[in-house]
Amino acid sequence: MAKQKKTVVKPKRTIAKKAARQGVTLLVGTRKGAWLFHSDASRKTWKADGPHFLGQVVNHLVRDPRSGTLLMAAKTGHLGPTIFRSTDKGKTWKEAGKPPAFPAVANGNGRAVSHTFWLSPGHESEPGVWWAGTSPPGLFVSTDDGVSWESVPGFNEHEMYLKWCPPDGGTPDGALLNQIVIDPRDAAHMYIATSTGGVFESRDRARSWRPLNKNVEASFFPDPYPEFGQDAHYIALSHTNPDRLWQQNHCGIYRLDRPGEKWERIGNAMPKTVGDIGFTILDHPRDEDTAWVFPMDGTDVWPRTSPEGKPAVYRTRDAGKTWERQDKGFPKKQGWFTVKRQAFCRDAMKATGLYLGTTGGEVWASTNEGGRFTQIARHLPEIYSVVAVERL
Amino acid sequence: MITIFIPQQLRSYTSGATTATASGRTVDQALSDLDARFPGIRFRVIDEQGRIREHMRIFVDGERVREVGVALGPKAEVHVFGALSGG
Repeated sequence: MAKQKKTVVKPKRTIAKKAARQGVTLLVGTRKGAWLFHSDASRKTWKADGPHFLGQVVNHLVRDPRSGTLLMAAKTGHLGPTIFRSTDKGKTWKEAGKPPAFPAVANGNGRAVSHTFWLSPGHESEPGVWWAGTSPPGLFVSTDDGVSWESVPGFNEHEMYLKWCPPDGGTPDGALLNQIVIDPRDAAHMYIATSTGGVFESRDRARSWRPLNKNVEASFFPDPYPEFGQDAHYIALSHTNPDRLWQQNHCGIYRLDRPGEKWERIGNAMPKTVGDIGFTILDHPRDEDTAWVFPMDGTDVWPRTSPEGKPAVYRTRDAGKTWERQDKGFPKKQGWFTVKRQAFCRDAMKATGLYLGTTGGEVWASTNEGGRFTQIARHLPEIYSVVAVERL
Repeated sequence: MITIFIPQQLRSYTSGATTATASGRTVDQALSDLDARFPGIRFRVIDEQGRIREHMRIFVDGERVREVGVALGPKAEVHVFGALSGG
């Protein structure tokens, strides 16, 4: 595999420098609606805007940096899944004409989208293109800025689909195609993460896929290092080095440097009392060797809360050789945070801002790369996702 | 015409109307006709395989139906509800 040219490209889910001077907006999806939190230029004060769609389960709310369009993946306890669009910064919303849906099959026993979990603006060279990941695992694409969506047969009809995404392979909220990452240098080079098969790679714009899970543990199988079957909670492509992938897996923290194929378990360097289990991992906007994780207790019956009730972010600045604890501002005890995989994000300002939302409805922010955290919102519903964008 | 009773959860599609008329010989056809006037409403009740969603309930002339191929009389009353399980 040829090594690609190293290029710095504007990331999809962070903010441009020019806009960053004006502050940040956090797009917060919860189990009971969506909120927008607008900061001042210094990110010290925040203004709440919401709820939007109170009562709807909002798995993801994302802004396209190319067009400014906001897309929201929503459903309710009763109603089927849909996508809402806003082209005026959330002032008004319109429903997608054709939300993600699997092809109908003649006998009526085919798959049906339970919910759209992940939304991703397409490559910079493809304006109007969006990608979506669903539960049960499905890949969908829109070429008209999120108005209509088509099933992607390269994954959804792949001959290995039932092996990669077995119908009984679900995580608590259903099996997921939980992430889509596009190489900023090449629109055809894509990664997806799933909760049933691990990470997959495509080099032909989603027409074909292959597993990319070498050396990633799946301790819940007789063979703990299978070709596929891992639960890839989250992957992050390094902003300054798109050949570097970070992964927070169900079984640990990993790094992969392409064109290498074998992941390295960098979580082994985490303190043993904390472990390397969690849902999410963030890259740094300017340093390829820096990443952050938010560890949660994966022992015993998998509580998935901050170890010992002491919330902390852990940061590596040497590509995972060592980790440092960052917990200033967080509760010193009895802080049983759970942070879901889409609920930890960063901006791209000079002093990188980190933001996380808890299942207890709190939003915490750091404006100095994790040096200190401040609670900026509380009493929200269970938080599913937090995305930082330029101030709207 | 068939009368469709719109549940609270779907009235954002009908501008608050609690009932709507539709034409069709089956539940499926009536809901498709409804969707032509209120785009998106059908998919939130019926999935892409034509199944009634797990937490939705449909009654025709007072009888619960479990699939959308059920025939409708020319003056049928179709009630759509959100099930207690989905709240």
